[in-house]
Order: sequence, then C-alpha cells, then structure tokens
Amino acid sequence: MTQTPPALRLSRITKRFGSLVANDDISLELASGEVLALLGENGAGKSTLVSILFGHYVADEGDIEVAGQPLPAGDPKAALAAGIGMVHQHFALADNLTVLDNVMLGTEPLWQLFSRRRAARAKLVETAQRFGLSVNPDARVATLSVGERQRVEILKALYRGARILILDEPTAVLTPQESESLFATLAQLVAQGLSIIFISHKLDEVLRVSHRVAVLRAGKLVATRATRETGKAELAALMVGREVSLPQRERRPRGDAMLRLQGVRAMQGGVAALDGLDLDVHAGEIVGIAGVSGNGQLALAQLLCGTLAADEGSVRLKDEAMPAQARTWLARGVARIPEDRHAVGIVGDLPVWENAVSERLHTPAFSRWGVVRRKAARAFTRQLVERFDVRLSGIDANTRVLSGGNMQKLILGRALSVAGDGVTPTLIVANQPTWGLDIGAVAYVHRCLLDAAAAGAAVLLISEDLDELFAIADRIAVMFKGHLGAPRATEDWTLADIGLAMAGTAAGTQAEVPHAA
Amino acid sequence: MRLEARAGSSRIALLLAPFAAVLFTLAVCALLVAWAGAPIGQTYALLFEGAFGSRFALSETLTRATPLILTGLAAAVAFRARLYNIGAEGQLYLGALAAVAVGGLHGGTGWELPPMLLFPLMLLAGAAAGALWLLGPAWLKTKLGVDEVVTTLLLNFVALLFVSLMLDGTMKDPMAMGWPQSVAINPELEFSRLMERSRVHSGLLLACGLAVVVWGVERFTTFGFALRAVGANARAAAFAGLPVRRTMLVCALISGALAGLAGVGEVAGRAGYVTLDMSPGYGYAGIVIAMLAGLHPLGVVVSAVFIAAVLVGADSMSRAIGVPNYIADVIVATALLAMLVATLLTRYRVRWGRA
Repeated sequence: MTQTPPALRLSRITKRFGSLVANDDISLELASGEVLALLGENGAGKSTLVSILFGHYVADEGDIEVAGQPLPAGDPKAALAAGIGMVHQHFALADNLTVLDNVMLGTEPLWQLFSRRRAARAKLVETAQRFGLSVNPDARVATLSVGERQRVEILKALYRGARILILDEPTAVLTPQESESLFATLAQLVAQGLSIIFISHKLDEVLRVSHRVAVLRAGKLVATRATRETGKAELAALMVGREVSLPQRERRPRGDAMLRLQGVRAMQGGVAALDGLDLDVHAGEIVGIAGVSGNGQLALAQLLCGTLAADEGSVRLKDEAMPAQARTWLARGVARIPEDRHAVGIVGDLPVWENAVSERLHTPAFSRWGVVRRKAARAFTRQLVERFDVRLSGIDANTRVLSGGNMQKLILGRALSVAGDGVTPTLIVANQPTWGLDIGAVAYVHRCLLDAAAAGAAVLLISEDLDELFAIADRIAVMFKGHLGAPRATEDWTLADIGLAMAGTAAGTQAEVPHAA
Repeated sequence: MRLEARAGSSRIALLLAPFAAVLFTLAVCALLVAWAGAPIGQTYALLFEGAFGSRFALSETLTRATPLILTGLAAAVAFRARLYNIGAEGQLYLGALAAVAVGGLHGGTGWELPPMLLFPLMLLAGAAAGALWLLGPAWLKTKLGVDEVVTTLLLNFVALLFVSLMLDGTMKDPMAMGWPQSVAINPELEFSRLMERSRVHSGLLLACGLAVVVWGVERFTTFGFALRAVGANARAAAFAGLPVRRTMLVCALISGALAGLAGVGEVAGRAGYVTLDMSPGYGYAGIVIAMLAGLHPLGVVVSAVFIAAVLVGADSMSRAIGVPNYIADVIVATALLAMLVATLLTRYRVRWGRA
C-alpha cells in the first residue's frame, strides 16, 4: 500500500460546553473515495464534530489534517479552501434567485465590477455533467423540488472544488425515491475520488450507502465498523449502548368513528394547506399520516388541535361540530402533541409544574375564582413526573433545561391526562412525536400510544418517519400538496407504493388500489 | 469573544445582577466625576447624603419615588407580556389631565358631587385615561401586528401636545398670569401628607400597595400565568388554549392605568395642577426601573427608590460641589445599559478566543 495521507484525519478532538463534553477524544480517518457514515442519536456529538471540522467551533483539544496538511482551527474559509463542502439539513439557498446565482453567491469578491457569469455558467454546467447532476442553471430555486434543491446544494459545494463532502441528515426531507437518486449521486461522486461523510441516525440507509460506519454515543467514538461486516442489530446496540426492543402494532377491535373530517379545506399563507380532506379515525385504532414534510401535515395537526379554522367542510368529534378553539378541543378530551416541543409545546422559561397544568389551569381542578390552586397543581405534576418517568432536578426548574426526551414525556403526560387523571382521551393527535428522540424514548412514546389505542382512544399519528408508521399504525394515508389519499391497512402498503404516493404520482393517492403482493 | 448559553440561570445570579449593574455604573460614572475635577468619594458621599442624609432629604426622595414606582410597575407588567409600552410618559400626563378634569373643573361645570364620591372618581378617571391611551396601540399590535414601541413612543408627543392645547385653552388657569398651567383641583381632593412639613403624600402608600397587588396577580392567578406565558412564548400559550389576545389587551389596560395613576398622584399629591414640565421623564425612567428590578413588581419599589435617590441626591450634590446634576441622567442611563448586559450574562457566559 502506498503511503498517501488520508483525505482527512481528525486526531484526538475534544470539545466541551461548560460541563458537557460534546466530543471526547475522537480520532477518525477518511480515505479518498470513501463514504463514512457518522451514526449516532441526537446529542451524540455528530453536529459538534462536523462544526469543528467546518470551522464553526474550535476544538478544545486535538487537530485536523486535510490531505496531510494541518487545517487552521475555527476558520470556515480555510475549510472551504481546503476542499471541505457541507450540505446542511436545512438548505441555505435564496429562493428568489436562479440556480446559477445561488451557486455563484459568495464566490466573487464584492468589489469586482462585473460578475463573470458566462465563465461561471460554463463551469457549473461542466461540473454538473461530470458528476451527473442534472439541473437547469436558469431555474429559480423556488420552482425546484426538495430533491433538486439538495442537488443544487451539492453542486454549490462541488463548484467551489470540494473534495470532502459532509451531508447532514440528507434524507430527512426526501421521499424514498429521491433518496435512491441521492445514493446514486453519492456513488458517482466517490467513484471520482471524492470522500463523503454521511451523517444519519437511520440504520437502513447507513447500511445501504456507506463503506464504513463510525458510531458516536454521548460524545465518544464507541466503534468503527466496515459496513460489510456489521448489521442493523449491532449498530443499534452500539448507538444506544444496550439492547432495545421496539413495540410493534397489535391486533385490537376497532370502535366507532370518533373523528370525522368531510371535505375540509383550509387556507394558510394564501395556499390551500388542506384541500378537500376526508378522514375517519375510529376508537381503538392508530391512523398514520405519511408524507414529505410541508405537504399540509402541520395544517392538519393545527386543525385538530383547535388552532386553525377550516374554511370549508365539517370537522366533527363524536358527532359534534368542533370550532377552531383550543379550549374546546381540550374540554372534549383531545390529547395534543405538537410537532415543535420548544416553540409550541412548552413555555421554556416557566417552571415545569406550570407547564404541566397549562392546558387545564382554568378548570376547577386547578383554579378557583381565577386563583391558581398551587397545591393541587404541584401534586398533580409530581404524580405526572413519576408516572411518565420524567427525569428532572425538581418541578420548579425551568422547563427549558429538560432534555428533549424528558420534555416530550412531560408533554405526553400532560396530553394523556387531558380528560382527567386515568381517563383515556377521546382522540390523540400526535405530530412527529418522536422527532429527535433517542431510541429508548421512542419506544416509550410508541408504547404510550399503543396502550392508549388499546384503551379505546382514537389516535392520529402524523410522521415523516415511515419506519415509525409501519411499526405502530393500523392504517396509513399519504398526504401530498394538501390532499389526503384514502387510508389503507398498513399491511397493504409497500415501501415503493408509499414512496410514489408521497411524490404525488398516481398510485395511493387514488382510492383503493388492489394490492399486488 | 463570543457568548455561550448557560444551562440555567441561578436565582442568586438573577438577584445579584442589579447590584452588580449598579456598582458597575457607579464605577463608570466615577470617571466622569473625576473628569469634572471633583473628589470621587466625597461626591458620592454628598449624593448619598442628599438623598438619605436628613429627614428632609429622605422625604424628597420618597416623594420623587412615588410616581416612579407607578411608572416602573406600568413598564414591568407590560414588559412581562412582551408588550413594550414606551408610552408611560404620555399616559401619565393624560392621567394627570383627567384628574384635573374631574377634580378641578367640576366647580366651573356645575357638577355638584361630594368629595367622598369625587375622590374615587378622580382616581378612576386618571387610570382610565392612561389605560385607554395604551389600548389603541395594544389593539393594533394584536390585530395587525403594528409595532407598539413605535406607536406608544410617538403617542407620547401627541399626548403632550394635547396637554399643551388644554393648558392654553379649556383648562387654562386664569389666575396663572399667562403661564400654561391648568386650574387646580379642589383642595379637599388632595392626598394627605404622610410626614409633617414635607411633601411625602399617601400616594406612596397607594403605589406600594399596587406593587403588592400586581405581584400577587402575576404570581397567584390564572391571569398572571397567562401574562407570563404569553410574554415568554406566545405560540405555546395559544396552543395551550390561553386567550393570547385578551391577555395582551387586559395587560395594556393595567399598564396604562398604573401610568395614569402616576399622573393623578402628581396632581393630587404634589402640585395640585398640571403643567407641561410636570414630569421630568418619569415615564421613561419607569423603563429603567422595571429593567433594574428584573420586572419583579416588588423589586420595582426598591429600584424606584434608588433612581429617585440618584435624582434627588445629584441635585443637592451639585449645589455643594459643583459637579453638574446631569450626572444623574448619566447614572440612570448607564444603569439601564449595565443592567441589560448583566441580564445577558445571567443567561450566557462570555468565552474569550475565537469561535
């Protein structure tokens, strides 16, 4: 073997935030032409590590070499110059500019009188051809699909001469088909000698796309494995640090229709976020709503949380019309788990006990004559914290300091006791309830939803994670551009079907399609 | 240099922040004192003496603190809900004008009400005037998203010009030798004195009582919870079913009423009539006071006394040693900036070195 230096070498990187060690003595090498997957749960230190690599943070200890040359710390420009390109999960594109403009943005000095568009264009077209990334340079970014935008982001990095590409959770916003096309692109990139760091917490795609897997847990590099020599079970165990069993859906009788939507239409920001929705959710079943993010799921969740009004159609719960008023939904026993814990679920600067009772504070249980019954509220919170195993320093602590999992358990506990202690809610509306949680917490949330369904609650589970839907939903419907396809029994869906439906193509968006097994 | 978020702000840090800010302010202003050629220690000693050194000094400080407590409360309660009421100055003037309208004009308009009835009516009118003056901007904010900082600030000038109009017209005191000054209120409606031969009046008790009431409402009632929740995270408050809009509007009414009462107090407790220079910026000082108090209603009382002491003490100090009394304004302004930084530091820690 020749002694060429690796494309990238991280030696003994340590980074602390206060008492938290985000990266603990991490050493890694990346060969050229290699896809290295960085696997780990939220908070394992993946983002910190790449932020150090890209110069957003300075490591407290350790250093970085690119192709044998030391990389100056804390300087994104140096990282760019050394050929490190980064594609963030949330794209950094200007929607109102064309692809060419976006790619050129920041590559030309500001005091240059004329922009060298023709040369830039030729270079862009050449780059796109070389790597097989077809994109129209004159298309406005606003008109592109999510998959195409991601291609633009990759092109942007390649245009600047990236030799090492970092992709942060690149498939989170893609349909299965778009993911496939991304994987093909990656294969082409490495074939031309580029190196790729692929950050993910999804085991299937890590196994599918990488040559090697580095597993981070709690800031430490716990293992690196050649992808060929490992499997899903081993990686999961490494990632979590113990064996985890995920709950699975179970057969149970279906009751009466609790929630009934008919022809619901709702405008949001000038577009029909919900367009002619029909849906029944029965007691004792979990209905999953699949779809690529931004196809109206948020509006559907808001409608069912009482914070968005329908312009047309009827929204009925147990055969009673429901107004767009959060309090009414709460009073009728609707448990609501919002998508964004921090921004919508809780008030971070208020203590845990106030957040625990916030939805029911005005009821006689927790206030009289407008005065809060502190004792009752605090006693309730203590019970909730114990029953849902929320780990915290005390119920007077600011809710902001809770970890994501504990915050979600608090919200879950609050939601499930909406109809009173020990009373099963009529309907549970859960929008991305496991987003960003570690596997243990995911299992806990799933267990709670399954138990609630078994106890007779109607559950609507909105998720972008297909694995989650296939695991616990009884029926799945797909949302696309404000339309909701007819739900089908989970076992009647294939991954390919659902992918097509998510992309808005034929099958699945129509009524019942006979399933060819 | 950069900031890193702290995991949580400790209570001790929150409690110490205003004291640290004040110490820092005094240290910075010492430089100005030195520049003015005065001995620093003696200057501050004189300032302290001028504020608390004698029965008279103390009474003056408390007299000055009375409107400041109320405008401080007005700012504190509004800021708690993230309603940035910069208009306490205008609300104060309108409250004062309303007090005169009820308590001073009645003789001439043929109202014949006994003082027993007129007195609460005067308080109510002052509070209502301030409250309604803030209701407009708050309504525009909740309905159309109009920035209340701009509207409340600009309405101060409208209020002041309106007062000027009234003082030269309808409410002009014919006996004031041409000075723009309103008629006086009925002497029977004046607040009682708390100390002999001083200007401290029972408005101070009213202000302190209201501070306790506001504190209790914020801490123990469902409305207080809604107020804090709306201020800290309006989206989450709406999600939890709290009436965000109504909370904001009621908060505006309370805040405006407190500022209006400050104006009533100045008329009924001190001057007896309205002039255009009645408030040397009490409304604006209320913002500083609220910030120094960390928006805590009881803290407002303490910080109002502190600011009043600076203002009163600086006057007497400047007479004694010749440092211009503008130093008081500099101290107040610096204290605000220092407090903002101190608050920031309770939530973030500064790290030196590059990113």
